[in-house]
Amino acid sequence: MSGRWGATGLWLALLLFPLAASFSGSALFLQDIGATVLLTAIGACAWNVVGGYAGQVSVGHAIFFGTGAYASLAVYTLWQLPPVAGLPLAVGLAMLIAALIGLPTFRLQGHYFSMATLAVAELIRLLVSNWDMLGAAIGIQGPATPRGWWDIVYRSPVPYYYIDLAVLAALLAATRRMTRSRFGFYLRAIRSGERAARSLGVPVRRIKLLALMFSAGFAAVAGALYALKVGFVNPESGLGILVSVQMIITAALGGAGSLYGPLVGAIILVPLQSVSNTWFGGSGSGLTYILYGGIIMLLARYEPGGLAEWWHRRLAPRLKRTPAESEHVRSAA
Amino acid sequence: MILLQATVSGLLLGAVYALFSCGLTLIWGMMNFINFAHGEFVMLGMYAALLATWAGLGPAFFAPGAAIALFALGAIVYLGVIKQVMRGPMLAQILSSFGLALLLRYTAFFVFKSDFRTLPESELSGTLHLFGLYIARAQLLAGAAAALLAFAMHMLLTRSALGSRMLAVAEDRQAAMLMGIRPDRMQTLAWGLSAASAGVAGALMAIAYPFSPAVGETFALTAFVVVTLGGFGSVPGAMIAGFVIGLVEALAAYLIGPVYKDVVVYAIFVAVLWVRPQGLLGASAR
Repeated sequence: MSGRWGATGLWLALLLFPLAASFSGSALFLQDIGATVLLTAIGACAWNVVGGYAGQVSVGHAIFFGTGAYASLAVYTLWQLPPVAGLPLAVGLAMLIAALIGLPTFRLQGHYFSMATLAVAELIRLLVSNWDMLGAAIGIQGPATPRGWWDIVYRSPVPYYYIDLAVLAALLAATRRMTRSRFGFYLRAIRSGERAARSLGVPVRRIKLLALMFSAGFAAVAGALYALKVGFVNPESGLGILVSVQMIITAALGGAGSLYGPLVGAIILVPLQSVSNTWFGGSGSGLTYILYGGIIMLLARYEPGGLAEWWHRRLAPRLKRTPAESEHVRSAA
Repeated sequence: MILLQATVSGLLLGAVYALFSCGLTLIWGMMNFINFAHGEFVMLGMYAALLATWAGLGPAFFAPGAAIALFALGAIVYLGVIKQVMRGPMLAQILSSFGLALLLRYTAFFVFKSDFRTLPESELSGTLHLFGLYIARAQLLAGAAAALLAFAMHMLLTRSALGSRMLAVAEDRQAAMLMGIRPDRMQTLAWGLSAASAGVAGALMAIAYPFSPAVGETFALTAFVVVTLGGFGSVPGAMIAGFVIGLVEALAAYLIGPVYKDVVVYAIFVAVLWVRPQGLLGASAR
């Protein structure tokens, strides 16, 4: 998405998509995929803040997604509150866990953070799988029929689509603002060389921690939105490693560290995944993840910057853009 | 008595942990690279043993077969992917081995299905009755062989000319090149050795314990915990920590409950990161 017109066109297309889909034969199916694309994009954009901009690769963002999903459904199963009421709890808890992981590991080299995220994700998954209050291995369910509008239970995917779109817009606006602030420059300085950044007076640990907490908060919102739409969460769907994998591959394919990269990644991957699931049936998910592993590895090997990088190197020069026009998509990193 | 029984089987399992963790810490020591696919190498070693039984080979072929197969895989992975990725950003380094882990894990799920398997009865089946303890023969063999091999690896790195060359590359790539050492050859060898240690550990465990494609993730995390506890890059540290974690697992399973043994181990990991991130024998990791 290069240039202002590209971005405007994209947002317009996203706004009108449910309407356009309603004219097709399988409106519900398309709208549902649309909502899933947006939800996946929110998760990937959240990951992108710490994994892309700060260059601290989390492989356990399911921790925060799961915290969001579980917190919003648990307030219903435990106290009969509407799931939305769990949102502040979810965000607060996710940020707390983020601080607990970030404080010790951000003193060390980047690999420690990656390992710690994987280990903590597995630790929390195991604990929740054996915790009866949170439904143990079976999981927990939200309200099946709405008690009022505040329960946000709808048959149609369209309301969820627009809620997700609003959250995504807010997240991208916040991210964009962040990248243009001093904080964003600190992040890019850390990514391109931590030692150099520190020697120039960047408060490296604090900045990394803030980026992680911001990212964790929005990942929790993604989890809560997932729980709202699906109305059910279990240890695998909320805290399993594949939740983290989905965020990583979506962001890395589109371009980690670029504003629209994760959204582009979601627009490409989610429909593909849906196609592969219908083609291969039950065993399709297995094949999908073989493919995901291969794609992640090949991206790392040949194009670590994802499609955004490829676009800027191969296609954008041919379109003869002025540097100022593409500046806001990706600053010179 | 049961406590003693748990202690012994914990130490025997710990020896295997020590063996494959040595492989992980070797790669870190050589090139500051965390291999997220290391647990998958262990898992593939287990299926190498399974394939060997399908081919009609006896248990004597399991470990050597797994060693050769995984050595080759490790070398191929280094030459095909890791060598190039090392020049890239850290994002690429972590994603490359993470992607490899997913690729290997889900391919194994696809080929072998998710069922738990055990190897057929052989001359290694049965239990020994020693000093009032019951020890499965296969477990004893796996533990003893793993301890021996881990020690052999330590000797190779510290007492042989080859080991010195590898350490020279780890110390200073440029200087090693000036001394006529080819760093790429040494690093290929390190990857081969690392994967082979994981493969052999897997083949040894396969004779004693049931396994499925899902075990790779657990073993990867176990190796991370062991290597962090022992100190990154320290082979003796990984050996000691391997025994410690094996013991902790067995005792936690007995005293708290089998479900919680991994919980205790991962909690130790988080605690080590908070309290002593450089591990037992590690130099400062900052």
